[in-house]
Amino acid sequence: MFGRPKTAPMDAARAAGTRLHRFDGGLRLRHHKKMSCEVPVQRAALPQRLYVPLLQHTGRAAEASVVTGQRVLKGDPIGCFRHLGSGCVHAPTSGTVSAVVKHPISHPSGREGLCIVIRPDGLDQWRQRQPIEHWAEAAPETLLERIRDSGIVGLGGAVFPTAFKVRDASQRGIHTLILNGSECEPYISCDEMLMREQPDAIVLGARILQRAVGAQRTVIAIEDQMGAVNQALGDAVRRAGAGNIDVVKVTTLYPEGGEKQLIQVLTGLEVPAGGRPADLGLLCQNVATATAVARAVTEDKPLVERIVTVTGNGVRRPRNLLAAIGTPIADLVELAGGYAPHAARLVLGGPMMGFPLASDANPVTKAANCVLVLTEQDIRPPQPELPCIRCGECARVCPARLLPQQLNRFIRSGNWEASEDHGLEDCIECGCCDFACPSHIPLVEWFRFGKSQLRSRAEDRRRADLARDRFEARGTRLERIKAERKRRIAEKKRALGDQRTMKDRIAASVERARQRKESAE
Amino acid sequence: MLAAVFSIAAIGILFGLGLGWAARRFRVESDPVIDRIDAILPQTQCGQCNYPGCRPYAEAIATGEAPINQCPPGGEAGIKALADLLGVDPLPLNPENGAEALPTVAVIDEATCIGCTLCIQACPVDAIVGAPKLMHTVIAAECTGCDLCLPPCPVDCIEMVPRPVPEEQWSWPEPAAAGGR
Repeated sequence: MFGRPKTAPMDAARAAGTRLHRFDGGLRLRHHKKMSCEVPVQRAALPQRLYVPLLQHTGRAAEASVVTGQRVLKGDPIGCFRHLGSGCVHAPTSGTVSAVVKHPISHPSGREGLCIVIRPDGLDQWRQRQPIEHWAEAAPETLLERIRDSGIVGLGGAVFPTAFKVRDASQRGIHTLILNGSECEPYISCDEMLMREQPDAIVLGARILQRAVGAQRTVIAIEDQMGAVNQALGDAVRRAGAGNIDVVKVTTLYPEGGEKQLIQVLTGLEVPAGGRPADLGLLCQNVATATAVARAVTEDKPLVERIVTVTGNGVRRPRNLLAAIGTPIADLVELAGGYAPHAARLVLGGPMMGFPLASDANPVTKAANCVLVLTEQDIRPPQPELPCIRCGECARVCPARLLPQQLNRFIRSGNWEASEDHGLEDCIECGCCDFACPSHIPLVEWFRFGKSQLRSRAEDRRRADLARDRFEARGTRLERIKAERKRRIAEKKRALGDQRTMKDRIAASVERARQRKESAE
Repeated sequence: MLAAVFSIAAIGILFGLGLGWAARRFRVESDPVIDRIDAILPQTQCGQCNYPGCRPYAEAIATGEAPINQCPPGGEAGIKALADLLGVDPLPLNPENGAEALPTVAVIDEATCIGCTLCIQACPVDAIVGAPKLMHTVIAAECTGCDLCLPPCPVDCIEMVPRPVPEEQWSWPEPAAAGGR
């Protein structure tokens, strides 16, 4: 505790995975994963129409770069950015653009957004591809550019553009890459199935990412109950002959798969508030993201499909499906045997962090890791919200070591400064406090609302600062113009001389004119 | 006795000099209270408070010349923040200054605009671009929605519309409040 040398955190970060630690709080939840892991991942057939949203990532929506009636090949960019802030959107198959319309976009807001509707031609024909075959000799910059152009986003659920994250990390210096295979939320099994079936692609992705950011080693974190996965990944690492990749089993505890929690488990260090893992020399990526990177680099296949877990007691045959982005969720449910008689609620994502969907016409997006159909029995009956009794359960389970009951009070009373001081921004919205609350207070809903408010207040402040600067700039400009005009008038006056001599000169010139006139007569 | 008197006097002089030096060395140019009030005001520069901008109103509040309830764009939240800062009781917004409204931005109907430049001169934040006898337009990102460009327009081609919220700034709604305090 006292006088710890300054290098200690970095050493601990370098030793990631050699000794396991714990994060605070968390919950042991029933897994419900087995039901969707019994059959191998199956490729979902292409639907009649694909609805590809232009907003599938954090940040601004892409701009459509195709028009109605245009023919596209699989992998052609269909949504782009002028400023190149985030990844592009690509055509998931070959076909014709039949419309660019507003359609539900599987977003927590429930609102509609622009979607590119593609009618598949059934050929599934790729565009001209240029794989980087010798990636091991390629410059990191080439790899980063390829990641950027392939529309890859974090597939663990945050959908932050990977190119951004990786570039930022490579500039800060990374020693260890962490691949997150700890899929801690109940029901979801897409990453587990990916690790079982495509371990080589994950290891390849790890090696490419390692080269792109200049990391010395990789830790692949999996859950202790994934026996088959450990075997498969271990074999893949041996096959690749990569001595600097370790597979580490972590104990299953929700929300261990959260980036910050996983780092804490592997290193015993906390990512500083407002900071990033790169501050510790770490880069954390989901295993599916690594696979997407491998595909993009070695096969030049942009991110146009993903594995989606279709599960819950509300579907007849739960399973994992490899679906093209834009496939309506109804089609996936159909492939999973259709709805069971008591299906009651459709959730995108897991039971803890997912959000309910209004309709199954919503398309699969890059963020869609799980389609969960719950029955009446699975849903807790709506409970009346009761006053907080200050039991402290929420604080005990909070993995971010916050005080949810205090935050709740501050947000409800509009005390934004206090909620910021108490670390509202560090809330990861995992839902543990909600789950633990005996008074059924929807804490996470309040925290999301509070975080939105903090963001919009920051935006208001930014606008106010801009307006102040411009108002002041205008004031100084007007003053300068006024001063200049004053100076000009004064100068002119001086040039003309003072009033008295002026009158004399006029009189003299009048006199001269009169004399001239007289002499002429 | 004499020693005590001298030493106390010496200490007094020493501290006096120290304070005198500190007063010069750390002198604050402008009144920090004005800056802090100005930081709370929304910088709409609309003049609804009867002062020619947010800064002059902040100065008037600081000198005690104006009450804190004359800023409609700041609304109740702004009044509360000012009351907290100044240690006074919050007042309800003075209806004479206007009512709290959702943020807006000006939009020029470019087909009707005759290019008279009157709105450009009226804009307190230089958010309108244009030249004489040429079309004008509003830089939406910098418009504060102050309405000051409306009266001078001879052809009434400026309209105030609700400020659009970009997709990435979508915000979660407030949960329906029940008893869970």
